[in-house]
Amino acid sequence: MNDLIGESFIGESLACLRGERVVFAGLDFALGSGGALLLTGANGAGKSSLLRVMAGLLPPAAGQLWWDREDVTREPEPHRARVAYLGHQDGVKAALTPREDLIFWLRYRAPRLDKRAAEARAAEALDWAGLKALGDLPCRVLSAGQRRRLALARIVFDASARLWLLDEPTSTLDAAAAQSLNERVASHRAQGGMIVAATHQALDWPDAISLDLDIYARRRAAAATRGLFLNDLA
Amino acid sequence: MNGFTLLLARDLRLAWRRPADAAVALAFFIVAACLFPFGVGADQQLLTRIAPGVLWAVALLATLLPLERLFLADAEDGALDRLALGPHGLATLVLAKAAAQWLIVALPLLLAAPLVALLLNMDGRGFGALIAALALGTPTLVLIGTVAAALATGARRGGVLLALLALPLELPVLIFGAGAIDAALAGLPFVSHLQVLAGLLLGSLVIAPFAGAAALKLALE
Repeated sequence: MNDLIGESFIGESLACLRGERVVFAGLDFALGSGGALLLTGANGAGKSSLLRVMAGLLPPAAGQLWWDREDVTREPEPHRARVAYLGHQDGVKAALTPREDLIFWLRYRAPRLDKRAAEARAAEALDWAGLKALGDLPCRVLSAGQRRRLALARIVFDASARLWLLDEPTSTLDAAAAQSLNERVASHRAQGGMIVAATHQALDWPDAISLDLDIYARRRAAAATRGLFLNDLA
Repeated sequence: MNGFTLLLARDLRLAWRRPADAAVALAFFIVAACLFPFGVGADQQLLTRIAPGVLWAVALLATLLPLERLFLADAEDGALDRLALGPHGLATLVLAKAAAQWLIVALPLLLAAPLVALLLNMDGRGFGALIAALALGTPTLVLIGTVAAALATGARRGGVLLALLALPLELPVLIFGAGAIDAALAGLPFVSHLQVLAGLLLGSLVIAPFAGAAALKLALE
């Protein structure tokens, strides 16, 4: 495991409630610079909820999130700037072109990036996503896999992102696209970036820590039969 | 370019490519106002008297129409999550959405208002007050509507909720907006009405971004 030198991202006894149902409780994780975490578990085990908690979109029902010594739940603003999140939806607008989409998101995430630099970077990202020929057509003509690649390209070429949070990143990708994503993940980690991914597929990421959310479902089921409450789950 | 102008440019571009939303609000404004001469009958004096109130009530409802989709479109396709993450706060997002909405929906209403006023047989003396009151009042309507839209984004059947939340808060704008035109038609000074409208605008400009940001935070959960 990583020795937590440099930046670190740590969750302590996190709990998450969805509609008064405990999804998980007493969840701990620790990521160091260059670390990768793979979330596994059955559908509904809480992988997506945990990613939203890590992104600061969903406040945890209990527990703390730390970035270095900074309490993320108390100060979400700086955390939002360093997180790049991709949920199971791509957020691609049918009426915009892939090039416009990339230029907008690159500049939105990095306000100091000037227009020409953003255009050059977007061209590079289009090339990476294999969308060079489709760059100026509306996104409604893209297939599901191409939309996914576009959404991933926003993150891969976002220099400000220290922590990538990806929900099922490879589910609609072909083998070649998954391979080029793996290469980008490796170089992101080599530069000290962190990554958390929820997945059902085996991802070939060296030294990735696995976190199985099914154990929380089993604890929850055991607790329910004995009539225990949230605190007893931890 | 900062986050506000980026977001504004994005929304304007999206609206330009899909002009139906803005067109529906404008069409509603004109058609609904046209119903009154038919419903009330050919009594020109009566029409003249109710014209300011009708214009304002119809304009208020027209600005409410496209608000339901304001954040919902981004929430449904997942873009809202990504908009919330980044160096810009949610208040910037709310303010940019409101500014875009004013340009897309309210500005065409403002331009069409003199035409509708003619249809309602309004006296020419009221036109200056009409334009000035709409120019000061519609931004407030859009700001209040934006907060309501942010609150309704997380709820089911948000459209009905939105109208119920926004309408009571928008009443002062209706009262002073129509009052300004009435005063002008009666040959009285209407500056004080405009001052109240400007005050309401400044107040909502301060409160709405933060109220909207708090509402969006709930919608994101």
